[in-house]
Amino acid sequence: MIALPEPKAAVVARREAILADLARLVGPDGLVSEPHCLRAYETDGLAVYRQPPLAVVLPSTTEEVAALLRYCKAEGIRVVPRGAGTSLSGGALPLADAVVIGLMRMNRFLAIDYADRVASMQAGVTNLGITGAVSAQGFFYAPDPSSQLACMIGGNIAMNSGGAHCLKYGVTANNVLGLTIVTIEGEIIRLGGTHLDAAGYDWLGILTGSEGQLAIVTEVTVRILRSAEGSRAMLAAFRSNEVAGACVAAIIGSGIIPVALEFMDRPAIHACEAFAHAGYPLDAEAMLIIEVEGSPAEQEDLMSRLGEIVGRFDPLGLKIATTAEESAAIWKGRKGAFGAIGRISPDYLCMDGVIPTSQLSPVLHRIGEMSRTFGLGVANIFHAGDGNLHPLILFDANDPESMEKAEKFGAEILKLCVAVGGCLTGEHGVGVEKRELMGVQFSAADLEQQRRVKSVFDPDWLLNPSKVFPLGATPPVIHAA
Amino acid sequence: MMAAEAPSDEAGLAAQIAAARDAREPLLIAGNASKAPMLRPVQAARTLSTRNLAGITLHSPAELVLSARAGTTLPEIEEALAAHGQHLIAEPPDLHVLLGTESAATLGGTVAANLSGPRRIAGGAMRDHVLGMRAVNGEGTAIRSGGRVLKNVTGLDLCKLIAGSFGTLAVMTEITLKVLPAPERTGTVAIAGLDTAAGVAALAAALGSPYAVSAAAYLPDGAAEALPALAGLAIHPGVALARIEEFAPSVAYRTERLAAALGRFGAARVIEDAGSRPLWRTIRDALPLAAGLAESDAVWRISVPPSQGPRLAAAAAAAGGRWFLDWGGGLVWISAPADEARHRSITEAASAAGGVWTLLRAPASLRPGLSALPPLSPTLERLTRRVKAAFDPAGILNPGRMYAGI
Repeated sequence: MIALPEPKAAVVARREAILADLARLVGPDGLVSEPHCLRAYETDGLAVYRQPPLAVVLPSTTEEVAALLRYCKAEGIRVVPRGAGTSLSGGALPLADAVVIGLMRMNRFLAIDYADRVASMQAGVTNLGITGAVSAQGFFYAPDPSSQLACMIGGNIAMNSGGAHCLKYGVTANNVLGLTIVTIEGEIIRLGGTHLDAAGYDWLGILTGSEGQLAIVTEVTVRILRSAEGSRAMLAAFRSNEVAGACVAAIIGSGIIPVALEFMDRPAIHACEAFAHAGYPLDAEAMLIIEVEGSPAEQEDLMSRLGEIVGRFDPLGLKIATTAEESAAIWKGRKGAFGAIGRISPDYLCMDGVIPTSQLSPVLHRIGEMSRTFGLGVANIFHAGDGNLHPLILFDANDPESMEKAEKFGAEILKLCVAVGGCLTGEHGVGVEKRELMGVQFSAADLEQQRRVKSVFDPDWLLNPSKVFPLGATPPVIHAA
Repeated sequence: MMAAEAPSDEAGLAAQIAAARDAREPLLIAGNASKAPMLRPVQAARTLSTRNLAGITLHSPAELVLSARAGTTLPEIEEALAAHGQHLIAEPPDLHVLLGTESAATLGGTVAANLSGPRRIAGGAMRDHVLGMRAVNGEGTAIRSGGRVLKNVTGLDLCKLIAGSFGTLAVMTEITLKVLPAPERTGTVAIAGLDTAAGVAALAAALGSPYAVSAAAYLPDGAAEALPALAGLAIHPGVALARIEEFAPSVAYRTERLAAALGRFGAARVIEDAGSRPLWRTIRDALPLAAGLAESDAVWRISVPPSQGPRLAAAAAAAGGRWFLDWGGGLVWISAPADEARHRSITEAASAAGGVWTLLRAPASLRPGLSALPPLSPTLERLTRRVKAAFDPAGILNPGRMYAGI
């Protein structure tokens, strides 16, 4: 298990006084302090870690967030920002001495402009809510993490969320035009706007994916895009992971960038089929879901090009959807994948390493070997076009030995990803989960430079502590000229 | 004559920076100096160039990645990509004609300036495709951020800060980019005879269509004349242009549908591949402004919400300037005789429209006295100074290039 830092005893001892101050800042209605209510905030999508916070506050305005941060900074109180709490890396895990600032009440749209193709909203609007608000006009918001029904745009900014369609449309960072942030000093800063390429240093770029280390985001402006005329999916089944991986390389090499290119291995196919009855090929070692967009004739053209490429790889089966319903059926198993795995194992850890796509086959082979060594099952479901693996390690959290083995197995997979030229996390973030592995990917000098940037924004290291950076070192001090 | 150093490896470059730090001696950071006239002049006795850190170090077409040392020129990279049917997604411009410089841009300089071309609106900015980099900070320490894979959220993304920082935070030595297959075919829908407001409205309709328009520009007749692809069109007062890049059957289908969808704005002509490609290179490199540019002229590159393009065009005309619009109206290129009054009126119009501006070139006598970027609020100035200090505590890398005193 990963250690959490010692709570500040002086802060915990002053809890009653702090609660009274917080109630003054957000009103009694915006404060959660009863132990049974705090339980709802004790964990996130990485549910093996649990820790109720000192208190939870639910501000309704940017000004309230500013007042809260000014207060916490003055009192030396740690702060954990929270959206919907869907982080898979423990990004929203509380600390015993920390105040959780939950943004779920800030869920209003501020503006939608179709001529300029932008939408502005508060940080607590859900990812799918954005597309929902603009879809009647034929528009959508591109990044589509699996948790999009629940996850909030503020959390998407914090994690630089991706999704199945980001091979074509980019990740969150590529779709953000403006932010309102609140610094730990309680200053409100508006960055960017509704134009492209904000001036000066790239504040939007450094904040997006900063996992709540630098500031709290309260308002967001994103690009919205016009949807394509239509889309269709294809399912291709293969005799081995190697062949499926080679097929992915051939597709990309042909000049076709599908909007989605998803890979599932045998255990994943079986789990999803048992759950969703999507008609997946149970005799296959690997399958790809490939989606293309355009008019019916364009879809037909792309499908025939793709069918020709797939045909070169001795497929066990090839199913090209001819209707929207058939496309939905192909996606059905993939979309229910996490639920399906939940049925075959009491618990699972979802890893998120990224590898160069040329390494797909040796890496999957090695993960299979590790699975036998650790004695834990693993199912692989991932975004093949960009090499973002999601090995799901099956274990039992009620068995400490199983849990320990699962964490070790996960760490070994991530080290392997780095060793073949990849990285620890493609879209889930470092959080608490991968904090101590940062030294595998970065040198001391690389990390020191990142830590200095953290100190620029948060000199006392009060924002989302014990995440992202390995514990232990003292914060660097920045002397500005 | 300034002393110039051009080390041929990262260790040599780091040693130069460490020595300058110890001596508290500022350095002008350059690649091929093709963008030397941009932004503010740097007061430095020595120049440190990356031009000898050259060469492509990795190109894996099936993985969509390319790595090159910072001094590699864009033409060399574009040629290597084209050999595998790929291209740079952000379509970065070659501004040497506009800026009156000789040499080809380097990859390092292009990323340092975060320069993107017409495809910016569909494919993202130059910095969006930086997957990783090696760089040397102002203490002479080599750092690495990002990597060579297409998705990566591990730690703080220092690449984003360094890209677009004009060499003021760290000197990039090697950069890894995401690249994509180049389109098989391009085609452009042109509607002539539109005033600026109608032209920008037509571009908004094009970009709001389901046909994945990859570039959208408006040229007033002054900027459109002498462009071979537009010969024979009754341009006056201006022409709206929308590009499709796809497989050949899709280009044929989409240009036809787009022309029909834009019918309410006027009769459309479809410019085929052979005319479309050079047309967008001309727009990419801002050549409509470069022709006839005088030494005494200034050039501004302004980013506003697209619907505000006409407002900036009016401000440019009022200042006696020449202009055209890219990015659906959101990128405004303006040239005008340089003086403080015009600089003020044009940049105030950009700020009032909710946008930002960059002074791309101005006569040497005026440059030290003019802001090259919008002034910082007190809060952002403090953050800017602190970020600068976090990378370059002695303040030796390109001091004053972006902001006076930083």
